[in-house]
Amino acid sequence: MSTPAAAPPTVINFTVDGRQLSAPPGTLLIDACKRAGIEIPAFCYYEGYSLQAACRMCLVEVEKMPKLQTACTLPVMEGMIVRSETEQLTKARKGTLEFLLTNHPLDCPVCDKGGECELQDMVFRYGAGESRFTEMKNHEPERQWSPVVFYDPARCILCYRCVRACNEGMGVGALGITNRGVLSEIAPNGGDHLDCDECGACIDICPVGALTSNTYRYKTRPWEMQHVGTVCTHCSNGCKTTLGVRNDEIMRGNNRDRSGINGEFLCVKGRYGFDFNAHEERLTSPMIRINGKLEEVSWSKALGFVAEKFKSVSAAGGKFGVVAGTHLTNEELFYLQKFSRAGLKSSNIDHVRSGDFVTLLDAVSGNLTSLATADDLYNTKAALVIGADLSQQHPFLAFQLRADVRHHKAKIFTVTPGPVREAKYSAASVVVPEGQEFDALNNLTEQLKGEKELVILFGDSIKGQRVRDLVAWAGTLGIPVKYVCLVDYSNSRGAMDMGVMPNLLPGYEADPHPGMSVKQMLASDALDVLWVVGENPLRETKLASKNAFVVAHSMFLDETASTADVVFPSASAYEKNGTVTNVTGQVQRLKAAVRTMGTKTDLEILGLIAKEMGMAVEIGVWSHDVVFKEIHKSVRGYNVPLPILITGGAAVTNPVNGRVAVDVLVDEIRSAGDTLFTSGSLGRYSKLLTSVPEFPGALYKR
Amino acid sequence: MTFTPETEKRLQDIWSRYPAGRKRSAVIPMLMYAQDELGMVTQELIAEVAQRCEVSPLQVEEVVGYYSMLNKQKMGKHHVQVCTNIACLLMGGEELWQHTTKRLGIGHKQITADGLISLEEVECAGACSWAPCVVDGYEYHHHMTIEKLDQLLDSIQKKVQ
Amino acid sequence: MFNEPHPDEVRVITKRFGLPNSASIDTYLAHEGYVAFMKAIEMTPEQIIDELKLSNLRGRGGAGFPTGLKWSFIPRDNPKPKYVVVNADESEPGTCKDRLLIQNDPHQLIEGCLIAARTIGCKAGYIYIRGEYRYLIDIMDKALAEAYAHGYLGKNIKGSGIDFDLYTHSGAGAYECGEESALLESLEGKRGVPRIRPPFPAVSGLYASPTVLNNVETFATVPAVLRMGGQAYADLGTPKNGGTRMLCVSGHVNRPGVYEVPLGFSMQKMIYEVCGGIRGGKKLKAVIPGGSSSPVLRADECDFPMDYDNYARMKTMAGSGGMMVMDEDTDIVKVALRTMRFYAHESCGWCIPCREGTTWLRKILTRMDEGTGRRADIDLIHELAKNMLGRTFCPLGDAAAMPTIGFVEKFREEFEARLRENVVPVTSPDQLIAIR
Repeated sequence: MSTPAAAPPTVINFTVDGRQLSAPPGTLLIDACKRAGIEIPAFCYYEGYSLQAACRMCLVEVEKMPKLQTACTLPVMEGMIVRSETEQLTKARKGTLEFLLTNHPLDCPVCDKGGECELQDMVFRYGAGESRFTEMKNHEPERQWSPVVFYDPARCILCYRCVRACNEGMGVGALGITNRGVLSEIAPNGGDHLDCDECGACIDICPVGALTSNTYRYKTRPWEMQHVGTVCTHCSNGCKTTLGVRNDEIMRGNNRDRSGINGEFLCVKGRYGFDFNAHEERLTSPMIRINGKLEEVSWSKALGFVAEKFKSVSAAGGKFGVVAGTHLTNEELFYLQKFSRAGLKSSNIDHVRSGDFVTLLDAVSGNLTSLATADDLYNTKAALVIGADLSQQHPFLAFQLRADVRHHKAKIFTVTPGPVREAKYSAASVVVPEGQEFDALNNLTEQLKGEKELVILFGDSIKGQRVRDLVAWAGTLGIPVKYVCLVDYSNSRGAMDMGVMPNLLPGYEADPHPGMSVKQMLASDALDVLWVVGENPLRETKLASKNAFVVAHSMFLDETASTADVVFPSASAYEKNGTVTNVTGQVQRLKAAVRTMGTKTDLEILGLIAKEMGMAVEIGVWSHDVVFKEIHKSVRGYNVPLPILITGGAAVTNPVNGRVAVDVLVDEIRSAGDTLFTSGSLGRYSKLLTSVPEFPGALYKR
Repeated sequence: MTFTPETEKRLQDIWSRYPAGRKRSAVIPMLMYAQDELGMVTQELIAEVAQRCEVSPLQVEEVVGYYSMLNKQKMGKHHVQVCTNIACLLMGGEELWQHTTKRLGIGHKQITADGLISLEEVECAGACSWAPCVVDGYEYHHHMTIEKLDQLLDSIQKKVQ
Repeated sequence: MFNEPHPDEVRVITKRFGLPNSASIDTYLAHEGYVAFMKAIEMTPEQIIDELKLSNLRGRGGAGFPTGLKWSFIPRDNPKPKYVVVNADESEPGTCKDRLLIQNDPHQLIEGCLIAARTIGCKAGYIYIRGEYRYLIDIMDKALAEAYAHGYLGKNIKGSGIDFDLYTHSGAGAYECGEESALLESLEGKRGVPRIRPPFPAVSGLYASPTVLNNVETFATVPAVLRMGGQAYADLGTPKNGGTRMLCVSGHVNRPGVYEVPLGFSMQKMIYEVCGGIRGGKKLKAVIPGGSSSPVLRADECDFPMDYDNYARMKTMAGSGGMMVMDEDTDIVKVALRTMRFYAHESCGWCIPCREGTTWLRKILTRMDEGTGRRADIDLIHELAKNMLGRTFCPLGDAAAMPTIGFVEKFREEFEARLRENVVPVTSPDQLIAIR
């Protein structure tokens, strides 16, 4: 990419505490100091959100300025001489803290924030341990605003971070300020409750214990937990989430260290939707159908039973069908397709497809930079969303675009079948019925030609020939265009990349012996074995092969597992190591945070079956790092820099450049259309997600 | 919401004063005039003003909570405001306030049982040189004395009888 | 209803007060009304600003910023619409002058706005009137209608090619909205919380557009400046302190009232001659010279020429011209408490030192007044006020801190005397908690 030669960026030189510093023009003093390792205290300042200058903690001395200045509003100026720690400033900060503590309850021993409270830290730093305040404190009782959010006005220090996170970050605007003076409070949009995304961004961003979450409050102390950084297992956006774990129990999810592509963004699923993991209906023992009833058996018995069955069917030249889940790791998917193709000699392997990425790859063949990453969504000058309610279905991608609008004045265009949140800040928002998207696009052509670049995000209504039409149309714009093909789940993309498709091998190489798709397998009356690994294909469809032997790996006794002949209790993604690839093709590491007794990871189950079948040598070692090495070596696009992955980063898989000449079964591509509060089977077992619509008065209106 | 034709005309006139896309400016004056008719700011009014001014009800709610003349509780037919700020304090404002609360048996921001009079101890009303002052609704009464205050309250209470 | 004029007054902007039907456009036109505007049409914006600079007119709202300079900051090449905004949110305790200017001579204000519009090239203006002054909104609306009817507002005013619309806008009870950026927020339909400055309203004001924002009295003075000429107006006052200003005298004087006097008028003369001295023959104890935000003066400090520079020399402020005179019987602790009750009530709550500081001080002063003060409270009051000073988001924190510091420093003995009257002698905080 070449940028036009602009005037050389001038650098501003200034001095802080005797240190010579420099920063680009327009940098706020507080940021410039932070980058140089000088921490100026602040409650209300928050990078990325609008300025408040309300807490008065960041006051600094600037030579030639008579009054103390707020570092959060002061841009660096040439030759400026700043002092950030002086006796006067310490006294001022101590004084402000003393003011703050007059009405703030000193209930740190029972406060959720104790131990990670910014107010506590600040008082510790400035030693405002004594108070001369002997009056009555103002006190207002705590209230519950939603299934997730509790607000304690007494603890609130009115930094307005939550208001901005909700309004600017989430585009929801569910929080405001009411009353005046010392009686000021944060107010929810529903009068006494919140009508919102329940994302919890307000809670995480709260520097004190004023906003607390129903899932975490009063359960543990922060220092009693281990913190494990992994990837959210719900939607395809691939947000990093840091799970707080105590005694093999997930206590909370957040991403306060801002690691990962999502910074500290998480939606309700990433922050609170982990509770399925500890659902009391979790399966913890293998089961075999004995006399028509599923009976708990030992692992060795179940594994042996399945291995024997597989061996005999295989020997008899019987027909296998394998359906893989879209929450499995790349390693499991890769291993499974190898098992199927090499071990069972069957290409009848598929996953439930939600977006036509395959046709996109073929259509853009020859153009290496035409797939967008999560970063591109934050930096692009323009974006076009087609056929998706981004804020509902892809909350992180929507968040990126909002930040892009806020920070870079990006222009957003939407062409959707219904009203979407993006309309509030879009340059143009067109509502058209599914199928008529191109009429709307043609009307936007002239406007889009004037943009410098464009990222197009499209949903499942654009598939097959329509993907080719879209790429052709975008070609007429005469500007660089990148694409995101929206898919549903945490590893929907990985399933395609790993060749969990009947006609494509890993890395989108055509399978010389194509097999059956999910629909074809279910409709076939000649299937001898249906092996379902972490998916629920029988939820709405009945299996046509009445006598097929059904093996299910599942966390719950869902529609598929309950009709299976053998059920293996599998581990959740939060109990696995491995990698997943998100919707923008970025591969990240999963780290096991907890264990559920009695379960095994799918990779381990696969490996043990292979071992029982005597095929372990052929299919390979079932350790995730060994499998990943093979993926890294052999799967096109996955030769990513390992240090990025090892350090918990997101490595961009190189797009496959070249024709992908296969027939795409367009009919099998359909998004589940999850909202913020649904998440396929996982969502059904999340009490929190199901409780949101049941909260009195706070029925979420989509 | 339906208002009297007079209020409706006033609200529309206010609305028309601000440029397109800036109708939020009308929120505060609209609330003021609508409150005069309703005797308080109701939830329904908040929703109505939000809709007319193209903002969210929460944004109107924020404003209602902020301004001291916007009341979410019912005000009396006569909202009697006694200033006790410095200039009035020097001239006996506090005695007037004490007298009024005693006579009416209600306190700050309270309303008589018959809904006739509500009472508020207010900040400087801008009548310092003619202190002390009492404001009945929007009507100023300067150089107030306990006798004149009694006459005022008598006339309010008599008007109804 | 209002006070009689005094012969020592120099009535420039109040000269029509008392004329029959003084608020009507007919009266106005019969007494040099809209003459200055007609003159302004013939002048260039630079010439108008030069006259204002020459006049040494300084903002009458409280800050005293030179008006000509303020208007010169409006960027001419900015393509955005520009606005004129009148601050008629008069709420500084002790101040009641803008009320009279609108009540008695609304057209003078309209003419001032017109000249501002002519100077900066703007098409619309708003007069932000505090909600309590509803009757003034009605008077103003009537005057605006007259001005439209006579072609002084609307399209192509008097054939000058100037279009200008002027509207009233009602506030709803918030002292903080007297601060210019908070007023703009309020005018935009939001909570009256001040804005981060810079940018100043001249660059980014109403609707993020360049805005001239002045107090009623400032705008009302502009026609006189153009009529008389800047130099002649300046000559009425003292060097650097041009012209006349309205002073609102209240409290314990025989003839409280609003008087227009030249800048540099003697405070002694004001109290003892214009206002007829302290009522009941009492002795003077103190004067709050420029609204409740200005630090108090002891009786022995009340003899100086009242111009901006001399107020500063006395370590107080000209402020909004609200002089509150207190006789020897005045309870300073009560006055200090009432002052702090006001600021605690009016603090917008945005920043910590003001929000928490004013309330804490209110609580201590209340306790002291109720008879459970303790010796350490006096220093504490002083120190807490100092902790607010210069550290708050907007001047309200300073406005609360400065008079408080003044009360304690100048009348410490009164605070100490109050301790002796305590209902229960309190020496330690523990005891205090037990009592409460």
